[in-house]
Amino acid sequence: MSTTSSHAAEHVHDLGMPGNPISTAIASSVASQGEKQTALKAKDMKTDQEVRWCPGCGDYVILNAVQSFLPSLGIAREDMVIVSGIGCSSRFPYYMNTYGMHSIHGRAPAIATGLAASRPDLSVWVVTGDGDALSIGGNHLIHTLRRNVNLTILLFNNRIYGLTKGQYSPTSEVGKVTKSTPMGSLDHPFNPVSLALGADATFVGRAMDSDRKGLTDVLRQAAEHQGTSLVEIYQNCNIFNDGAFDLLKDPATAPQWTIPLVHGEPLVFGPDGAACVVRDEVGGLRIAETNQVEAAEIVVHDAHRQDPSYAFALSRLSTQDLRYTPMGVFRSVQKPTYDAMMAEQLDVARAQETADFDALLTGNDTWTVA
Amino acid sequence: MTATDPSLVPSTSAPGGLVKSVVSLDRVVIRLAGDSGDGMQLTGNRFTSETASFGNDLSTLPNFPAEIRAPTGTLPGVSSFQLHFADHDIMTPGDAPDVLVVMNPAALKANIADLPGGGLLIADSDEFSPRNLAKVGYASNPLEDGSLEGWQLVSVPLTSMTTEALKDSGLGKKEAERSKNMFTLGLLSWMYHRPTEGTIRFLERQFRRKPEIAAANIAAFRAGFNYGETTEAFAVSYEIKPAPMAPGRYRNISGNQALSLGLVAAGQRSGLPIFLGAYPITPASDILHELSKHKAFGVRTFQAEDEIAGVSAAIGASFGGALGITTTSGPGISLKSEAIGLAVMTELPLVVVDVQRGGPSTGLPTKTEQSDLLQAMFGRNGEAPLPVIAPRSPGDCFDAALEACRIALAYRTPVILLSDGYLANGAEPWAVPDVDDLPDLTEAVRFATEPNGENGEFLPYLRDPETLARPWAIPGTAGMQHRIGGLEKADGTGNISYDPANHDFMVRTRQAKVDGIAASLPPTEIDDPDGDARVAVIGWGSTYGPIGAACRRIRRSGRSVAQLHLRHLNPMPADLGDILRRYDRVVCPEMNLGQLAMLLRAKYLVDVESHTQVRGLPFRAAELAAVLQDAIDLTQGAPLGADASGGAE
Repeated sequence: MSTTSSHAAEHVHDLGMPGNPISTAIASSVASQGEKQTALKAKDMKTDQEVRWCPGCGDYVILNAVQSFLPSLGIAREDMVIVSGIGCSSRFPYYMNTYGMHSIHGRAPAIATGLAASRPDLSVWVVTGDGDALSIGGNHLIHTLRRNVNLTILLFNNRIYGLTKGQYSPTSEVGKVTKSTPMGSLDHPFNPVSLALGADATFVGRAMDSDRKGLTDVLRQAAEHQGTSLVEIYQNCNIFNDGAFDLLKDPATAPQWTIPLVHGEPLVFGPDGAACVVRDEVGGLRIAETNQVEAAEIVVHDAHRQDPSYAFALSRLSTQDLRYTPMGVFRSVQKPTYDAMMAEQLDVARAQETADFDALLTGNDTWTVA
Repeated sequence: MTATDPSLVPSTSAPGGLVKSVVSLDRVVIRLAGDSGDGMQLTGNRFTSETASFGNDLSTLPNFPAEIRAPTGTLPGVSSFQLHFADHDIMTPGDAPDVLVVMNPAALKANIADLPGGGLLIADSDEFSPRNLAKVGYASNPLEDGSLEGWQLVSVPLTSMTTEALKDSGLGKKEAERSKNMFTLGLLSWMYHRPTEGTIRFLERQFRRKPEIAAANIAAFRAGFNYGETTEAFAVSYEIKPAPMAPGRYRNISGNQALSLGLVAAGQRSGLPIFLGAYPITPASDILHELSKHKAFGVRTFQAEDEIAGVSAAIGASFGGALGITTTSGPGISLKSEAIGLAVMTELPLVVVDVQRGGPSTGLPTKTEQSDLLQAMFGRNGEAPLPVIAPRSPGDCFDAALEACRIALAYRTPVILLSDGYLANGAEPWAVPDVDDLPDLTEAVRFATEPNGENGEFLPYLRDPETLARPWAIPGTAGMQHRIGGLEKADGTGNISYDPANHDFMVRTRQAKVDGIAASLPPTEIDDPDGDARVAVIGWGSTYGPIGAACRRIRRSGRSVAQLHLRHLNPMPADLGDILRRYDRVVCPEMNLGQLAMLLRAKYLVDVESHTQVRGLPFRAAELAAVLQDAIDLTQGAPLGADASGGAE
């Protein structure tokens, strides 16, 4: 089933499981306030905490975009939780007037999994960075994606370690000269979108920090997606890796190297639509010149394809220096969520047996001493 | 008492005029030893169930290798199960077996040294083939060469009698042979007058979908019983009367089972959903297995991708208002340390169960040890205090789990519950508690729903003046949105704070909160029946049984000793220092190199004498009695005459 922004009002997806068994203690606590306040504005999402990112950091733009668009989801602030790890981006929860946890390095997806699995009534978000999610927390990320827990993960990728002052990250390009790699880094970078698709993620998107419209559009689809959504956000670190995404930001070069992904539209891009994406001879995708191929050969983007190999092939078009970078939603497919299935197992168990605690303590083999 | 299969009633005379006598005993220790694939643990557990339902007091010691199936017939593959049962209250699985059953030469070689001279040795003679003898380095067959003449050896062709009994079952020889453990169980059931109905029902249940296997096992079981009845090899059977126990309902329970039920009980008594985040690890996995069966009680179990994810998910669940639990063993605790520190900082309820095993590193996965105490106390960066508690017997794991949950909820803190491999797999009769008598934890839970600040704001770190616990406001509660995390927070608001005075205050406050738990603890129990002991023995965890048994021996020899056993290791009971200072000597036996002794010496400046052992096995009561006897004799100047190291419990 497709999820588009026009459905936002009737599908408050992350909250869409009324009737899920929550304990009476929790239910009485959360139900004590009457009508939910959901008519919110961007300013309602702000906290009294001073934002402490470096002036000019891409994180500001992302924070503003998120604060502006979240109210439109129609979710009350108290029903949202933002969990982060460690790193510059992970300060995000302090600036959002929701529930939040600034946790430990790399573990936010695991913490959020426990929260979302036990509270399917909440809208749970993870904010993480390239080091947090892909290096120290790589294991949790891939397992969260394969389980399809109902979470929205925002991965701020600045291709550098910022908070520790400028070492190369798992997304830095080979040969990157940093404080810890004076002769250039030897590591091959992860492509976060490829990694997520390799883990069979049900929703994977990519957006640019400075592209308010594109970012908001991907975030909205991610928020409405049932299951784990991963959004890679290219984010400029103006202190340690300034200009990392200029190729895709500079109006002079961006059209040539950006492949906009629009579901149902042919993958044509570049100045005057000069370039396009076609199938290659071995089942993958390649870039072609539009005037050299038949119109029918041009691939029409289908984000809802169940088989992740098409989306994976799309993610492999880009090079480590960001030429031919697809931006938008790579994949958005429906699959049962982990939290819903877990709740269902509890329902099934309750239907099959009465929860007689005395009988449980007693067990099958008891004897009585008079 | 369970009904006995009418066809299986021991009689004093058997067909053919064979006269059998019945001897009464007050206690027996049986050890079953065989190859990992021989089903010794199952046989032991069944014999235990029969014994429990008969009404004896009992204590068990399963002992098995970490390898699932080491090469057949080799020493590393030997698995054993020891059961001590008696007509009176006992505390240990027994120092040494009275009866040793060996299913192959490897089992004989690995265990014969533990069988005291004159003990009964039953061996499956079919397995003593030249090939099997050679595997473990026997040059000649010990069943035949006279080397076992110091014991009462009974060679029985268990395997071939099993296949003979099953020759019409339709099973192949290999498959039929697998029932030899049930033949053996049948023989032992006859020897010790065990009720058999339970085992037959168990086999029917276990092999519901394979009726031919169920029938074969039952046939082998009956054949073993009837063999005992008719053979001349066993002229005597034994009777051990039920033990007097306080009135009530009883069941047999292992530590891991009791601990699991204690956690479910905490959910029932607090009204909170239980969320277990766990990664499989020996010897803790059975708690995950057990809890995963109890979804109808609102228990969610999450098998995580690793140890860190297990604890992290539990913390996330606690943030959402569940009772978050994680279970593991030593290596897992090492991995969870940072996340436990986060729970200390965010002051969320969390129960961390460490079923200790031999260490360091991978160590001895299936063997017991108490060597994680200092790690539980201090194994985190920064000043990160948390309560530590320990159960002392398999059944006590239930109460200890409930107590861990009470503290976690009431004080909003992670709690480490230190069980160990011996408690986890060992079993004993357990008086099933009345649900209404269990502690009510609802008071400990009350979620914050109203702002507590002077200006109508919510202050997540404004503490309860008595417990110093912070308010627990869960997502979904309007007006209470707040952010917590691992960074130091300002008192009251919980905002990030790098202020030196605030940090000093918060470090001391977190410590004071944990220290303050001592106020909720009952006075320390001193077990000193004569009231004149000058030597005290102090322990914690699973050493309770062997220490208690040693104390009984000491007292029977006319000496006095006081036994103290700590459930709460952090904070320790408020009266403990004064109590320890009353004695001339304090002895502390531990299955580590003196970790509690170190804590006691540091905290109370008492000259605690450490007695340690790290063999992966529980202490022997006789050995501890000798240690205590020495301490008492030294205290009294001249040794007393009587020797306390012998005799029964």
